[in-house]
Amino acid sequence: MSAYQNSEQMKGDFYTQKFEAGKRDGTLILNMGPQHPSTHGVLRIVVELDGEYVVRAEPVLGYLHRMHEKMGETQTWGGFIPNMGRVDYGHPMAWNWAYCGAVEKLMGIEVPERAELLRVIMTELNRLTSHLLWWGAYILDLGAFTPIMYAFDDREMLLDILQRPTASRLTYSNFRVGGLQMDVDDKCIEMIKAFIPHFRKRLPMYKDLVTDNLILRRRIEDIGIIDQDMCRRYGCTGPVLRGAGVAYDVRRAEPYSVYDRFDFEIPTQTSACSAGRYLVRVAEMEQSMRIIEQAIEMLPSAQGGYIVDKAPKPAMKPPVGEAYFCVEGGRGKVGVYVVSDGSKTPYRVKLRAPGFSNLSAFAEAATGTLIADAVAILGSLDLIIPEIDR
Amino acid sequence: MSAFVQQLLVLIVAAVAAMIWLGINALVWVYCERKFAGHIQRRPGPFEVGPHGALQPLIDGLKLMGKQLLTPDNADAILYWLAPILSMLPVLLLFLPIPYGPVLTGMDVNLGLLLILAFSSFNGLAVLLAGWSSNNKWGLLGAARAVSQTVAYEIPLLLVVLAVTFMTGTLSLTEITNMQAGHIGNWFIWKQPLAFLIFLVAMFGETNRAPFDLAEAESELTAGFHTEYSSMGFGLFFMAEYGYMVVMCSVCSVLFLGGYHGPFPGVDGWWWMLLKTFALLSFMVWVRWTYPRVRFDQLLNINWKWLLPLATFNLLATALILKL
Repeated sequence: MSAYQNSEQMKGDFYTQKFEAGKRDGTLILNMGPQHPSTHGVLRIVVELDGEYVVRAEPVLGYLHRMHEKMGETQTWGGFIPNMGRVDYGHPMAWNWAYCGAVEKLMGIEVPERAELLRVIMTELNRLTSHLLWWGAYILDLGAFTPIMYAFDDREMLLDILQRPTASRLTYSNFRVGGLQMDVDDKCIEMIKAFIPHFRKRLPMYKDLVTDNLILRRRIEDIGIIDQDMCRRYGCTGPVLRGAGVAYDVRRAEPYSVYDRFDFEIPTQTSACSAGRYLVRVAEMEQSMRIIEQAIEMLPSAQGGYIVDKAPKPAMKPPVGEAYFCVEGGRGKVGVYVVSDGSKTPYRVKLRAPGFSNLSAFAEAATGTLIADAVAILGSLDLIIPEIDR
Repeated sequence: MSAFVQQLLVLIVAAVAAMIWLGINALVWVYCERKFAGHIQRRPGPFEVGPHGALQPLIDGLKLMGKQLLTPDNADAILYWLAPILSMLPVLLLFLPIPYGPVLTGMDVNLGLLLILAFSSFNGLAVLLAGWSSNNKWGLLGAARAVSQTVAYEIPLLLVVLAVTFMTGTLSLTEITNMQAGHIGNWFIWKQPLAFLIFLVAMFGETNRAPFDLAEAESELTAGFHTEYSSMGFGLFFMAEYGYMVVMCSVCSVLFLGGYHGPFPGVDGWWWMLLKTFALLSFMVWVRWTYPRVRFDQLLNINWKWLLPLATFNLLATALILKL
């Protein structure tokens, strides 16, 4: 190994050198990323390897930092909504909702019922696309190429549905303070109604072909234990927390909007391993479909055009004060904290990204596992790097 | 003297034929694999170049040849460029003793099976050299994996081949084929079903194919042992991989599926051999695009805890039955 250590060119940057300070004899320091196939973008993880065993691991962030919080302080209240669509490309509607919810709370705006129900329908559809994206990419991390194509097949149908009322396919920013930008048409509702039985037929196939596959089970069971205590220490939420056996879901624990009207379950697993998180997410897909079905039943007749109480003011000025609003995103608790000084730009916007907390538990969970397990643990956290770096 | 010249000529012709055969197989199987993968994944696969994308592998080859041959800094340049050649050359030799038809045999050696097993081990060495000499940590990890994997999987492979040779009493592939002549009931798959299954699993391990493609495991080790290779350096590894696949599938059809003999009398010919080999190759492709990758310790556990005891048991049982 001396050839690697003596080489001047292999010294590495600040993080590598800092990490090397605690290096043991006979180990290898390896940079996973920022360009690596299974870090889902530009996450970088410095790992110390003893053979194939991970002795230490440390995530290095910041390769996709875009100053969203600072941008919030320079834009108008309404002009910041498109940023929300770009924080988390997996589940942008949750971020839209968290921000609009916070501003509505600050201004004391009531959202019309139809808009509330449409928000629920769209966010749950978006949660399905988020989970399908994770599912395909996770199996890809584990070395099977095919499931992602099937997942994207279904995801494509969802994107076609969401495209109609939002006019975009990935970075949605159709939420407005006080409602939504556009109403859905009857065709869209029909498409949703057609999608749900189709997807219900696909889920058992995924279970037979992928979830019950022996190789997959052996790869993810008892790997990467993140138990309740670790979740508490690192602030993990979402499927990571529910995979550890805590039935905490913002939709049930602190019901916002109209979520208290729906009958749905909070799937949990007690194993706290990668398989637990996997099974929780797969079970959540069914629950999202139940919510969508109920919401479509409750939907009052269309009003057309903008479904907000008043026409949105481009330069609204919320009263001096602060508000925090959190929703359940695909990755966990999405929170937005806004402070207003009475001007037309926010004084401060703080974003609480669930992926950041979930990733921080990675180093402890991955210590002592094989490098292949580290990849499996990383995937099971469902990381979206732009959301972590913001 | 004239007999010697004649033999030499046959050998040269056979070597050239093997080269062509390998080239064609690599082209055909790159195309077939991508097409199969496409249809397994509900997409058409390559479609742009030529009718149904049939010329895609040729264009891929041209593209690879057009790329720069790059030697990384601090790499051991001699070993670095020796590795792909060392991976590729033995494959050509491996085709010689395989009987593709009653007359389509490159060289009827009476130790043909031994020759194949000995020279196919060269690939492990080539992969180790590639990973070590390229001065890349991913390459090093891939090389370490590849060596322990090929060493481990060679043992059950040898043991099941040994069980078959106990029955035949010869290592010549032509003679082994001829013992299975007649009808489908004479194929060794019925006498050695366990050996066939072990051979099939070990074949995946030997050729580094998914779900046992741990040496290159791209979601873990980016590209494993060939991370640093560009251009035809990578191309040679790629061709060698397909070459080894074709060789292992051919040997499997000779040992267990009757080689060029048809399932009923009177229809023997090279087409049967081709059909069986291609069926096995399709099976390998099918498995690759279906299963996730196993973990490294699981890979070795499958070998040491299952394949090896089963192969030993199979060998002892064969010996016992033959003695009785």
